Amino acid sequence: MLRLLGEYLILMFETFKKPDKWPVFKRQLMIEFIGLGVDSIGIVAIISVFSGAIVAIQTAYNIDSPFIPLTMVGFTTRQMMILEFSPTIISLILAGKAGSRIASEIGTMRVTQQIDALRVMGVNPANYLILPKITASMLFNPILIIFSIGLGIAGGWFACIFTNLVSSADYIEGIQAWFEPFTVTYAIIKTLVFALIISSVSGFLGYNVEGGSVEVGRASTKAVVYSSILIIFFDLILTQMLLV
Amino acid sequence: MIEVKNVSKSFNDKQVLNNISTVFEKGKTNLIIGQSGSGKTVLMKCCIGLEFPETGMIDFDNRPFSTVSEKRRTDIRKEMGVLFQGGALFDSFNVEQNVMFPLNMFTNQTLQEKLDRVNFCLKRVNLENVSKLFPSELSGGMMKRVAIARAISNSPSYLFCDEPNSGLDPKTAEVIDALISEITEEYDITTIVNTHDMNSVLQIGQKISFLYKGHLWWEGDKTSILETENAELQDFVFSTELTRRLKKR
Repeated sequence: MLRLLGEYLILMFETFKKPDKWPVFKRQLMIEFIGLGVDSIGIVAIISVFSGAIVAIQTAYNIDSPFIPLTMVGFTTRQMMILEFSPTIISLILAGKAGSRIASEIGTMRVTQQIDALRVMGVNPANYLILPKITASMLFNPILIIFSIGLGIAGGWFACIFTNLVSSADYIEGIQAWFEPFTVTYAIIKTLVFALIISSVSGFLGYNVEGGSVEVGRASTKAVVYSSILIIFFDLILTQMLLV
Repeated sequence: MIEVKNVSKSFNDKQVLNNISTVFEKGKTNLIIGQSGSGKTVLMKCCIGLEFPETGMIDFDNRPFSTVSEKRRTDIRKEMGVLFQGGALFDSFNVEQNVMFPLNMFTNQTLQEKLDRVNFCLKRVNLENVSKLFPSELSGGMMKRVAIARAISNSPSYLFCDEPNSGLDPKTAEVIDALISEITEEYDITTIVNTHDMNSVLQIGQKISFLYKGHLWWEGDKTSILETENAELQDFVFSTELTRRLKKR
């Protein structure tokens, strides 16, 4: 375990060096923005809308007491989306989508000697391959999360309108109630940490593949599992540090 | 010129290279031959810096390579062109982008200059009208030729070819061999070819180093290899029906 951590830190040291050529780095970054960010918009949108709707409906059904105002549905949906659902659950989904992509892409490059080719050309492979992915994830994931929060809240509103459980006015009043801007900051901080975990852990596992296609598949699975566990672990730590 | 001085290397207590000393000469096609497991791939990996010798050193034109810092090694690496066994072309790049890659990384040429160089290199390896194709759309021989074009695009001083003919039909293999030999003479570079293909040995072997169980067992050229009295080398050279018939004649 300690050895693995050491190898990870050494790789990150290599990764976070100055790029050999900035124009090449920028081009790689744009490719990763599309591959890791733009390509994830669809799945993030669908899951966020439906989750927001489900949270709103479940909250509405569980308010039995007449002393609890129906504005709580909007409030709960907003808080759920900002505090936990969008930063954590969407990051877990991105760990599955982007993490497996990163590990399998870099792993395949390893087993087909493309990484060796980069090294013998005098290119720093870790820097060339992993840094754009980390940068793209850390820049684009917060955008995805803000987008997810907005869509989740909108999904809740649609659900309330279509089911007639809560009026539009109550829901909108609820989502404006007791708003603390720091909760958004908290969500973005968590997203940044999770983005770093997903891209760097998946990059590390792909980079160290030895063998063939079976090992690439294993690395891809490991990337999802390890990233997910680390996301949940750091979620607990960050929540304790930032909210308590 | 590349000098290998007393290089030894082992993996898990198994001695793979044993005190190897040789010189790979400039302007010549230097071949490393030997059976599978003889250590030729490890020797080539030591030469290109993917493995490091436990003892001994490797110098490139009197510049130490294996014993210096990564930064200084990187400077020498920029003068290398390497043809890997499978080509190792970048899947996400088309042919043009693959060949242009070293130019993008290490030169400040304009796009037009880079395109001119790419087209020149592709023409040199007899490949035209394929620049927009991706590696998955190429045949094995075409992939090797693109890999050679990429290896020479930045005008290297040293060319390394690992099993350039593996997986190719004899005719295409001959084309690749001829290409490697021509490029070596044309640009006066130090070329090292790792092979166990006897056709290559007889076609382009200007200097041949035979490895046997991790030892440098014999050195010579494509003429002297057929007259060798060395038993292990004879076993290797005349292991195919074709070479046995050649010997009888």
